Amino acid sequence: MDKKESLLSAKNLKLFTDPFNSGNPVTVLVLGICSALAVTVKLEPALVMGLSVTIVAGFASFIISLLRNTIPTRIRIIVQLVVIASLVILVDQVLKAYAYDVSKQLSVFVGLIITNCIIMGRIEAFALGNKPWPSLIDGLGNGAAYAMILIIVAFFRELFGSGTLLGYKIIPESFYIKNGGFYENNGMMVLPPMALILCGIVIWVHRSINKSLTEK
Amino acid sequence: MENIISIFVKSIFIDNMIFAYFLGMCSYLAVSKKVSTAVGLGAAVIFVLTITVPVNYLLNKYLLQPGALSWLGEKYSTVDLNFLSFIIFIAVIAWIVQVVEMIVEKFAPALYNQLGIFLPLIAVNCAVLGASLFMQEREYSSLAEASTFAIGSGVGWMLAIVSIAAVREKMQYSHVPAALKGLGITFIVTGLMAIAFMSFMGIKL
Repeated sequence: MDKKESLLSAKNLKLFTDPFNSGNPVTVLVLGICSALAVTVKLEPALVMGLSVTIVAGFASFIISLLRNTIPTRIRIIVQLVVIASLVILVDQVLKAYAYDVSKQLSVFVGLIITNCIIMGRIEAFALGNKPWPSLIDGLGNGAAYAMILIIVAFFRELFGSGTLLGYKIIPESFYIKNGGFYENNGMMVLPPMALILCGIVIWVHRSINKSLTEK
Repeated sequence: MENIISIFVKSIFIDNMIFAYFLGMCSYLAVSKKVSTAVGLGAAVIFVLTITVPVNYLLNKYLLQPGALSWLGEKYSTVDLNFLSFIIFIAVIAWIVQVVEMIVEKFAPALYNQLGIFLPLIAVNCAVLGASLFMQEREYSSLAEASTFAIGSGVGWMLAIVSIAAVREKMQYSHVPAALKGLGITFIVTGLMAIAFMSFMGIKL
């Protein structure tokens, strides 16, 4: 890379925007679904989870990229796990201190960021062979794209499942059957299976728009 | 004894790792194209879970819990090392997976070739770390309970991956909309299977 290249050149910007479409970690590369779906009943935990993963992915890529020439190949997995685990502990402690309710809702899923394949995947595929700054951008971009999927799924689940968004009532009380209206919350939406089906639909829509991603 | 049976059944059917918590979805989606490989990976996960969870249980009890260090003397009884649990658990898992890999390679090369890349991948399987974290959160009271939970979760995970592999093998002959092929339809089928598994919910044991 040319030394004079600016920090937000087109090439670096592409690293950030690519994960949102043709390189999306969830819908194309099938990474990081594990912890993705259980936190999407409400929008708020999904936002917090997305933000945490973005931060961890960015900084883990950055740190590993700084160390990439000193890590022996044979033990790199352990080194990567230790770096990621330390970052996750930091995130977990911050959440416990400043957002205790959300941290309780997320329960074990904060810890599971460690085994989120997006982070390991990006480190293996990108950070080990690139300079720190592009690695940071690549990590942040992938984390943000993952957050986007979480937010889409959580948006529909909270809106139709509880009639609220971020805890605020969106569907007027007078619409409900118990108040003489016609509307009832869809209880199915808050149950785990709907997360899977919604995610399947997101993939369907994405691949219908971007035809090149269709599997044979 | 009754308690142990109830934990076992509960961890297989009601709190199924995949259908209720979506843990281990990455390998579940990636390695479920053929039944035979799915069985191999499932067995490996059961094996690793059965070792890691009891080890982590002991570490949690005698090292990490608030007051766990009281066996060192009065002075240490207020120490709380809980914040270290993530790093300790993942280190134990990575270490055990490495040891298991070496042992299998040495003594059962046939099995090693079959499992191939799956073994190292288990270290980053969310179901394995998830089981240790659930074990910590649910505060199982004895080693036997924690081990039963581990075996049950493993069996439940294997059940899920083998059944989705069977469905996917059959699905090759059906007409799926082009954009849904592969990943999309697998998600939706998993969702439908999860709905079926929900009928176990509410069973009191």
